[in-house]
Parts: sequence; C-alpha cells; structure tokens
Amino acid sequence: MSIEVKNLTKSFGAYKAVNDVNLKVGTGELVALLGPSGCGKTTLLRMIAGLESPDAGQILLNGEDVTSLPVREKKVGFVFQHYALFRRMTVFENVAFGLRVLKGKDKPPKIQLEERVNHLLKMVQMDWAVKRMPSQLSGGQRQRVALARALATEPKVLLLDEPFSALDAKVRLELRRWLRKLHDEIHITSVFVTHDQEEALELADRIVVVNKGVIEQQGTPEEVYDHPANAFVHNFLGNVNVFHKRDHEGAAGVGFVRPHEVGLGRERGKPTDLEGVIIDVRIRGPQVAVELAVEGYELPIEAEIARDAFKALGVVPGDRVFVDLAAVKVYAEDYSI
Amino acid sequence: MTVSRGTRDPAWVRFLLITITVVFFALFLVMPLALVFAEGLKKGVEVFWAAWTEPAALAAVQLTLLTTAIVVPLNALFGVAAAWAITKFSFRGKAFLISLLDLPFAISPVIAGLIFVLLLGSRTPFGEWLGGMGIKIIFSTPGIVLATLFVTFPFVARELIPLMQAQGREEEEAALTLGARGWQVFWRVTLPNIKWGLLYGMVLCNARAIGEFGAVSVVSGHIRGQTNTIPLHIEILYSEYNITASFAVASILVFLALITIVLKAWLETRFDRAEKGGGV
Repeated sequence: MSIEVKNLTKSFGAYKAVNDVNLKVGTGELVALLGPSGCGKTTLLRMIAGLESPDAGQILLNGEDVTSLPVREKKVGFVFQHYALFRRMTVFENVAFGLRVLKGKDKPPKIQLEERVNHLLKMVQMDWAVKRMPSQLSGGQRQRVALARALATEPKVLLLDEPFSALDAKVRLELRRWLRKLHDEIHITSVFVTHDQEEALELADRIVVVNKGVIEQQGTPEEVYDHPANAFVHNFLGNVNVFHKRDHEGAAGVGFVRPHEVGLGRERGKPTDLEGVIIDVRIRGPQVAVELAVEGYELPIEAEIARDAFKALGVVPGDRVFVDLAAVKVYAEDYSI
Repeated sequence: MTVSRGTRDPAWVRFLLITITVVFFALFLVMPLALVFAEGLKKGVEVFWAAWTEPAALAAVQLTLLTTAIVVPLNALFGVAAAWAITKFSFRGKAFLISLLDLPFAISPVIAGLIFVLLLGSRTPFGEWLGGMGIKIIFSTPGIVLATLFVTFPFVARELIPLMQAQGREEEEAALTLGARGWQVFWRVTLPNIKWGLLYGMVLCNARAIGEFGAVSVVSGHIRGQTNTIPLHIEILYSEYNITASFAVASILVFLALITIVLKAWLETRFDRAEKGGGV
C-alpha cells in the first residue's frame, strides 16, 4: 500500500512542527525520516498514523483520502520508541490484542488466533517468551514483541517511531539488520523515524531528510550522502569539515568536505594541492584520523585514510604534506542547524 | 540489612527513639482503641449487644451503609473521569482544576455542610423550588449523601492522577492503532493498569465516608432513626450520658477502621508489586 502526504501542516501553539510537507512512499518501500530532534519527523509519522490531527493537508493511503479517519480505522501498524507494551498482559496477550478487539466475523476463532500469534512470535524469535510479562524482558526483546504485536492485524503500512533509540549500541545494530531482513521477506510499506544517520543509511531504501518541519532532501542513501542538496544535509549526514570560504566570485559561503574525501601525499599530486602540517594522528579502528593545519584555513582540517595507506605514507606529526581539497563543496551561507 | 559502623547511631539514640515511638503508639493509638471496646463492654455483652441492635442504632448503621454504597461508586466514577481528563488531555484551566480538586480537603467539613444548607435549605430559592416538587434535601438522606460526596471527592482522583501521569498514554495509543474502540481501550488497557490504585483510593474514600461527622452533622438535622449516621448516633448517645451505649456503637466504627487498615495494607503491597511489573 502506498502512502501519500500532501501539503501537511501542524503547529503546536506558535511552533510549526510540520510545515507544508509533501511526501510519497511507494508500495513495499522502506523509508527513513531522518532529522535532528524536534525537527517534526515524529509529528509527521504520528499524523500518518492518525495519532495527531493535521491543521491542514491530506494523507492518502493507496490513493484514498484517510485524513479524517480515526486511528483504529486507518489500520496502520505502529511501533513506539519506548515499546508501549501492555504491562499487565503476557507477551502472548500483547500480540493477540489486535485480534481480540476485532468484532463479529472478523474475529478469528481461538485456534487460528493462537496459530497466528505463535507464528508471529516465532518470526520475531520470541516464541520462548509467550508466558512472560513485558517487565521480564530486555529492551531489545520488548521491541521485538512490539513489532510482532503491530504486525498481528496484518496492517498494510508499518510506522516505526525511533524504534531502536532506547536500546544500547550493540542490540541496536543487531535489531537494525534483523529488521532489514524481515522487510526483505514480508515487503510491508514501512516508514521509520530516526535521528541516527548511520541507521538511516544502512536500513532505508530511501532517506527523507527533515529539518525544522520541512523536507530538505529525499533520495537513496547514496544520493543523499554523495550528493547532498544543501549545507544542512551535507552537515547532518556523516562527519564533515566545515569552514567559511569565499568562492571564485568572492561571495561568502560555507565549505564542506568529508574527512575521507581529503587526499594526502608527500609529493604535490595536483597543481591545486595545498601545503599543510600534520598536527595530530589518532587511530580509529581500521582508519587513521589525521589533523592538519592547512595554509589559508583558520581551523584545523581532519583527513581520514586507511591505516595501510597511512603506513605507506610514513609521516609523523610535524611533517609537511600536500593536501588535496578538491572535493570541497561550497554552499551559500544561509543555513543553521 | 546491615548498617556500617560508621553510619550507625549510638545505642542510646536508637533506644530513645524506639522507646518514644512505642510509648506514643501505646498512649495515643492502642490505649484509646482498647478503651473504646472496654467501655462498651463494661456492663456486659448483653448491654453491648443491645446498643447495637436497638432500632435507632440499626437505622444509623443502615443509613451509613446506604450513604457509603452511593458515595463510593460515584466518587470512583468521578475520580476516574477527572484523572482521565487531567492526565490524558490538555486543555485550558487544567492547573486550576487540579488545585480545585483539593478544595474539600482544604476547607473545614462544617463549612462544606453549611454550603449545602445555604444552597439547598428550605428557605433558599432553589430549596423552595425543590420543596414545591416534594423533594427534600437538607435534613434528609440526599443532603447527607451530597455532603459526604463532597467531602470524600478527592480521594480517588488524588490517587489516580500521579499514577496515570507516570504511565503516560502510549499504551492507550498503541491499543488504538491496533484497532481497539474507546471502551475496549478503557476496559482492557487503562483499567487493569490503574486497578490497584483505584481500589486503594476507594478504600480511603470508604473509610472517610463512614466516619464523616462535621459536614453530615450540619445537613442531617439529627432526627433519630431517620437522619442519623453512625458517628452522629454515637455523639447523641454520648451527650445523653449514655456512655456505655455510645462506646458500644463506637466499637463498630473502630472495627470498620481496623478492617480498612488491613485492606489498605494488603492493597499497598499488591500496588507495589504491580508497579514493579510482575504478574498480577
């Protein structure tokens, strides 16, 4: 089922949380809404679910206007940041809830209900915990149960609000890969909200970068990472060196270059290479971060190169090197985070 | 539990504090309670029993039970509604409403009773209008129920508001996204979550409803066998120098109070356990 959002707007008092947003999510897509906290991404997601009502605009599911439909009739699966499991129900009852509240002929018979719940719990690898209470589970386990619960009623759309942000780093990574795998299996149209660019890059088919209630850019992870549309996107996705710069015409701008895009050499490789001095060297796993003082730049610039390449270079702090900054991208100076 | 030597109080301090506590309990709590039963039973079990079964006493017990039976469910309902409104919605004047909730605690019960007399007494316009329709409120059962309702109003809401605030509304939202209707959300999600807190509030409300004296005294009119609750009946017996009978009836109240305390203690442990998660 496709999702379409047209001119959606929502204010809380004088604060515009979502400002005239247009968005399309294709059937079976896995889309990330990425942005800093307070940028309106969660409000946007909650409006799609019907948990928040928009001030203006339309929400369409499969081309059908569902803007004013109550939450329960929208039939979207929703996963909350803090799981929101029913604390007085067992894991089984939590997952069965959506089936138990069905009325009349929609309500599945007992055996079918049990089959479905057990199947879902097996899918999220929680079938061993049917009789446990939520309080007896870890965060990662709770979120798996919450996911099974959201999928129980076979929604056509799955919405996830920062699903992994309350978990510790290792579990987060594991659950993230597992969700990607699950999505590849069941192909449910999914939108998830995150402030973690790494999560968005790894998990999503498409990333929608949101800032201050508006969409800054949308595209595949490669598109938004390699070809950021503006300074905000460039800065928000991944590490970056920032410096103020004047372009060829002399207009003020902000320059960005990612550490791994900075080239280093003992000899001048290109005529445009600049001279610099190594200030500091730090090991970052398989990479080496090199801090440089470059002629014409006030602030130090960071370069990141592979450890082997660094060894081959054979330099130490204090050495002079040639720095390739050809990858610098300059934006007009009119943004803030 | 072990306390390290460095933080342990000297022996004489511990001894002094424990002694003060025990003596205080004995003097001000245990002795008066024992005295109530002792005084009531002074002239033998028969007199004790007669004081209980005398028609006026039975009528007082009946009226008290009737009042409680009306007041507790109503205040449970109001309390849940008020706590729900305050914790799940945001609206103008919410802070004012929360402070208003404490009004019955803040003002003297006598004044609470007077408010109803001034509002609904037979010489007021509203009272006259009701009287014209044959409805009597002051110096009659409805007045007693109203006064008790007013005085015990905050118990349930006060208990539920912090509880529901702490629980947030995510579970209700989750239930909605799973297709539950309003009533299903309440019965299946909200009510089980607040069950123990609600019962606890109801027990406190019940205890106060049975024992309320001031407000009820003002609106009752003290008509024997008709508008006397247990506390009023005790007061009348006492002022007639019928000491033994008054203490005999008082022992009913003490007995009810003891049951309340046991119930309250039991609910508290259930409540704690429920809050810590575990199965209920």
